[in-house]
Amino acid sequence: MSQRQDTAGSAQQASAAIDPVPGEWQRVSGKYIVVDLLGTFVSAVIFVVGSGVAWFITREPWFLVLPGVALTIHVLIAAFTPRRIRAIGYRLRDDDLVLRKGIMFLRVVAVPYGRMQLVDINRGPLARAFGLSELKLVTAAAASHITIPGLAEADAEALRDRLVELAESRRAGL
Amino acid sequence: MTGPETPLEPGGTVEPAVASGVTGLADGEWHRLHPATPLLRGGFALVVIAGVIIANLRERFVEWFLPGTVCVPGDDNCSGRDPIDYLIDEGYLLIALGAVLGIVLVCIVFFWVSWRMHTFRVTDEVVEMRSGVLFRTHRKARLDRIQGISINRPLFARIFGTAKLDIEGAGQDANVALAYLGNSLADGLRADILRLASGSRAGKAAASAPGPAGSLIDRRVAELLAPELDPALVAPESVVRMSAGRLVGSSVLSGSAVFLVAALAAVTTILVLGSTVAGEFYWILFSLVPMVFGLGSYLVNRVVKFLRYSIAGTPDGVRVGYGLLSTRNETLPPGRIHSVAVQQNLLWRPADWWTVRVNRATRGSSSDAGQQAQQSTVVLPVGSREDVFRVLELLLPELLTTGGGDVRELLERGLAGTRGDDDFTTTPRRGAVLRWFSWRRNGFALVPGAVLLRRGAIWRDLTIVPTPRMQSVAIEQGPILRGLRLAGVHVHTVAGPITPRIGALDVEDAQRLFRDVAGAAVAAAALDRSHRWRSLEE
Repeated sequence: MSQRQDTAGSAQQASAAIDPVPGEWQRVSGKYIVVDLLGTFVSAVIFVVGSGVAWFITREPWFLVLPGVALTIHVLIAAFTPRRIRAIGYRLRDDDLVLRKGIMFLRVVAVPYGRMQLVDINRGPLARAFGLSELKLVTAAAASHITIPGLAEADAEALRDRLVELAESRRAGL
Repeated sequence: MTGPETPLEPGGTVEPAVASGVTGLADGEWHRLHPATPLLRGGFALVVIAGVIIANLRERFVEWFLPGTVCVPGDDNCSGRDPIDYLIDEGYLLIALGAVLGIVLVCIVFFWVSWRMHTFRVTDEVVEMRSGVLFRTHRKARLDRIQGISINRPLFARIFGTAKLDIEGAGQDANVALAYLGNSLADGLRADILRLASGSRAGKAAASAPGPAGSLIDRRVAELLAPELDPALVAPESVVRMSAGRLVGSSVLSGSAVFLVAALAAVTTILVLGSTVAGEFYWILFSLVPMVFGLGSYLVNRVVKFLRYSIAGTPDGVRVGYGLLSTRNETLPPGRIHSVAVQQNLLWRPADWWTVRVNRATRGSSSDAGQQAQQSTVVLPVGSREDVFRVLELLLPELLTTGGGDVRELLERGLAGTRGDDDFTTTPRRGAVLRWFSWRRNGFALVPGAVLLRRGAIWRDLTIVPTPRMQSVAIEQGPILRGLRLAGVHVHTVAGPITPRIGALDVEDAQRLFRDVAGAAVAAAALDRSHRWRSLEE
């Protein structure tokens, strides 16, 4: 987080990366890194085994290319996971919620509270074991696509109630 | 059921209620649809069945009245395969007649019951519809969330003097369809619903146009021949019409027509050279010929559909109407347009023709033809630049009236400007690698109440997103954009044919746009009252 603030301070002169609203971000739980890594691991096992079936049957060496590619992709994903998750940040401003995500593909979204149509809380089996939840906001636009993963259960519920309350006080039409 | 000024519809709905508004149907009581509804809904099927039966019986009728003309008695070839003879010979005639009669009776009873059970009511807050015999449906739509009301008159229904009223809510398949109502009832009910939805406290009923007088036949004929848009309903200076020549010309100069010509040329080439050179290319015909038919019918459909097109301003929103045999007109209340795109392809540029599309919160049900759902997003199929400005004035009245001449000039540059030195903030020189032809044009401008995104040098496109309708805004940057110190901004609106996204902006410009749009969206939403568009009057 401190590193983030440093860049925010010196962003104005030369940074090519976007940072439209410099300042402090609320971070998601560090435990989510573990959850995400486990998920990547499961997916890696499925893909490597699945694409290795051809090799297992034929024993042709070049059928090993597929599991090799699958493994490489998953290792790369896993290598970037900690940074990717530490890059997720959200902030409740006066009238809107701002969410930033991504290191390679940066995306910052601002949603006015009055535009929220509903707030979902999802818990996958892995995340539940770690006591984490995922918060999802839905607006009338499908492109908004706002999910905040890796929130502690109590935080997620508090945030949901707060958002619903804010949305209620700024109710707008479509 | 009808107010004193509307003519009595034959077989109109229930008991005369206290007239409120134009029709008295919007009085909070339950009403029924036009009694001919089952016939019209199952109309086509009935015609087909009757046609099949008559076709099968034709020779028999002839035989009955003129014996010996069709069948020589004793000729086995003539009657061997006739199912009616089989029934008579086997003595099943009575049973068969009874079965047919029974089926017809059951159908009639079922239709009658379903008509009895299909009721609707309009209160100050909601419109409700109950339907179904075995599977009951009860649908309720809030009036202040109505996205538009359309009146469809398929040819078959027009002959019977009826219309289908579609009250469109926000979302997929969120329509309350009242099919069918009498012609003048449909028009009046729409006016009533819009008046209730507008939140108007004046409670005054709009004057309804008196229907043509005379006998039933005269009225039907007059209705069929009447212009699609009643000139008495709207201010004439707000009407934009389209000439048939321009419609045909624009279709001929469209991308599909170019494809069609290319495909036709390929087909002729293969057929001409078929015997000698291109013999092995015959298989291409299997894909080309259906394509030719598809494109051809699409173009013909487009022309036929938009004949007699008009768009006009009414006190309760924009009215878009078109159609020659089957007509359709739709009223969009203020504040229901989520974004507007004015577009022009390369072939239209010499004639300065443009097309205007909109994003709306309603999407037709899946049972609707996909084409129809798509068409209702086109508000101006083709028009001159002058037409475009009049349509924009109707769709986004605040934009042009508050901004005055400046906004109009800005929009002009948004449509046709090609230099980067105007009021649009455009892609910097280094972005030309990503926008080869359009980097001087690719840009944005903020005006009070809307964001303008200008894109495309070959397919010109000016997208206008009114700030009160914005859902959220995102700024995006991938590795390539970062390497060039560029970024993109995506303004989120409800789904539709328009995606208001602009790429390859300077990082600082993009961040400024993001901050400004986010702030403007919040401020505009707080002030917006268009869901009850007349509640501020008086």
